[in-house]
Amino acid sequence: MRRTARGTAVLAAATLALSVAACGGDDEAAEQQPAVDPASLTAELTWWDTSDPKNEGPAFQELIAKFNQTYPNVKINYQSVPFGEAQNKFKTAAQAGTGAPDILRAEVAWVPEFASLGYLYTLDGSELLADSADFLETPLASNKYDGKTYGVPQVTDSLALMYNKELLSQAGISAAPKTWAELKTVSQTIKEKTDAEGVYLNPAGYFLLPFMYGEGGDLVDTADKKIVVNSAQNAAGLAIAKDLIDSGAAVKPSANDSYGTMMTLFKEKKVAMIINGPWEVNNVQQAPGFGGLENLGVAPVPAGSARAGGPVGGHNYVIWSGMPQEKVDAAVAFVKFMSSAESQAFLSEKLGLLPTRTSAYDLDAVKNNAVVAAFQPVVEAGVGRPWIPEAGQFFGPLDQMATEILIQDKDPQAALDTVAQKYQAEVVPSYEN
Amino acid sequence: MTTVTADPAPPSTPPGRSARPSRLRRSWEKHWYAWAMVLPVVIVLAVLIFYPLFRGIWLSFTNLTEANQAAEICIRSITGSEVCNDNPNKWEFVGLDNYVRVLTGEVGEFWQWTGTTLIWTLVCVACHFGLGLGLATMLNRPMRLRGLYRVLLILPWAVPAFVSAFAWKFIFNERFGLANALLSAVGIDPVSWFADRWTSLLTAIVTNIWLGVPFMMVALLGGMQTIPSELYEAAEIDGASAWQRFTNITLPGLRPVSMTVVLLGTIWTFNMFPIIFLVTEGQPAGQSEILVTGAYRAAFEGIRNYSLASTYGVLILSILLVFSVFYRRALRKQGEVW
Repeated sequence: MRRTARGTAVLAAATLALSVAACGGDDEAAEQQPAVDPASLTAELTWWDTSDPKNEGPAFQELIAKFNQTYPNVKINYQSVPFGEAQNKFKTAAQAGTGAPDILRAEVAWVPEFASLGYLYTLDGSELLADSADFLETPLASNKYDGKTYGVPQVTDSLALMYNKELLSQAGISAAPKTWAELKTVSQTIKEKTDAEGVYLNPAGYFLLPFMYGEGGDLVDTADKKIVVNSAQNAAGLAIAKDLIDSGAAVKPSANDSYGTMMTLFKEKKVAMIINGPWEVNNVQQAPGFGGLENLGVAPVPAGSARAGGPVGGHNYVIWSGMPQEKVDAAVAFVKFMSSAESQAFLSEKLGLLPTRTSAYDLDAVKNNAVVAAFQPVVEAGVGRPWIPEAGQFFGPLDQMATEILIQDKDPQAALDTVAQKYQAEVVPSYEN
Repeated sequence: MTTVTADPAPPSTPPGRSARPSRLRRSWEKHWYAWAMVLPVVIVLAVLIFYPLFRGIWLSFTNLTEANQAAEICIRSITGSEVCNDNPNKWEFVGLDNYVRVLTGEVGEFWQWTGTTLIWTLVCVACHFGLGLGLATMLNRPMRLRGLYRVLLILPWAVPAFVSAFAWKFIFNERFGLANALLSAVGIDPVSWFADRWTSLLTAIVTNIWLGVPFMMVALLGGMQTIPSELYEAAEIDGASAWQRFTNITLPGLRPVSMTVVLLGTIWTFNMFPIIFLVTEGQPAGQSEILVTGAYRAAFEGIRNYSLASTYGVLILSILLVFSVFYRRALRKQGEVW
């Protein structure tokens, strides 16, 4: 504790120094003006982009350059912040009252958490939500907390079955598997007939949700305030996942660096199928020797006995409540531009990301996009997650559970009971177990 | 670390307490400049160490988290309005609740972490000391290229710890790592290093040994060079064997140095955060977590729980304090003035 406590003191000192320094910089933010003439809008905005700096970042920077063609005097400080660090970094800065970005690309689960702490502006009544009916319902829902709206959907996604077309046809398989049982046989066939392995399952909570949803399970019931993570459905779903590995149909995953291992093996054509989202499309497409988009197959996640469904993910644009009021016009203009149908179409074309506006799907760049077409049914079948401030904390215990079941051979029901107990003790104490 | 600072007491407290006021005044008049000199240090210590320390202890008796620390939560609208409401679940004093929850295992895995920490510390320090002593003995003899060996052996210490951690993590990578490649080359099945609690801990221990041996080696080498060479010459004349000289001259001569470095090494290793955090990441399923990394995850992932973090901090501090007290007592019994 001495370390943390002293860290806090140092942080406080640094914050003080920063705030003194920052006072000088704010003057540049222009006097408030009606946003009639875009050129008259002058401000400096910081944007934290949490997308992958190599795969996705450049496209966002191009978009900023386009924004500046219309708004030449709004300077955007583009900062790429690693996804894994952004949540904590933002909270620290927002709480200290300085150093937080004006605009942040926040993962869907972060928004209710930040909102409950008072770190975000509500956007109700602003231009940003004027046409909110155009947004897809589920991505927009992730921005709502306590009856107010705190963000604008940037991109939506869900998990899908991504496969190597060439390897599947080599094994004599014409269509992607539609159920977990099919996946098992397909995977074994691939293993027999080609040099590659069948499927790699990432042992992390998020990536096992399709197995739980497949049997009709869920994590918590927010309406009844009940923890349902240790239901029989979830246990049955995870038993399917465990069986895939035990039977040798799926590769035995490693506990450390598993996600990276999965991507490397898939890109090197050593594994034919993975479960992953559209954010990796560009990465796979650029992998040397993979065969580009023509070789990448995308199908909805296989179904269990109840349904086929992946978790709805994605990102939202949110505005820090500590941003001075003078910058509001510029920030609104920027977010409006970035979330417009045209900008979303541009990102779809470049990166294969899925728009959050219905109108964007009518634009040619999206309509004719093979990746979007492949992912669209995936997202439509997506299962909404519980949008509560604690939702982000659900995944720590789930990740442990995933490792225990898939790698350490623990019984699914026992592992899930431990998860339920942890939710009760640490995450949502007011819920019934 | 708190104990090594200047102690203002000796020059200012005269012996005998009967005539206190006049003595105190006399002492003040005589020594005021000494007080003035140490004042900055006292202030810095108070601000940087004592205030956070006592605040941390106080926090461990509350339920303060990131979500309930504010007295009111303000919702600012982009259209300019601001509504502030009292925080319905404002933090409060909860007595020993946090300690009960941690020690009964309701939150986190305190006892498992403690056990792992003790094993981790014991193995690491023993290997550090053993290997460091061996290497120091070798390097203490005249030999060719001694300078080069010394530079090479100090190298691990010069590389930033996180760089080494990532390098070792990759060496132990189950599919692409060097360790499994070597094992396959000699016909042994590759090992899933991070799938088992003990092999996972082993990877972290190996990394930490690689990082920590140079310090021990340098410290012990320094200690060896302070042992007068006459002792060795005399022993040689008396016909003592190399082993006898080592056990009867070198080891006792190293005592003051080795006792200090073992204490320091124990405290450092006990709180060695980055190696576990970066190499094993607590895998599999949090089973290779030691107290500091486990406490970090329990308290700082998700909505941050400051009171819980303080509770862990106080517990870790208590364990180390108890250890230090016993260690010093043991030393004093053996006649060490430390």
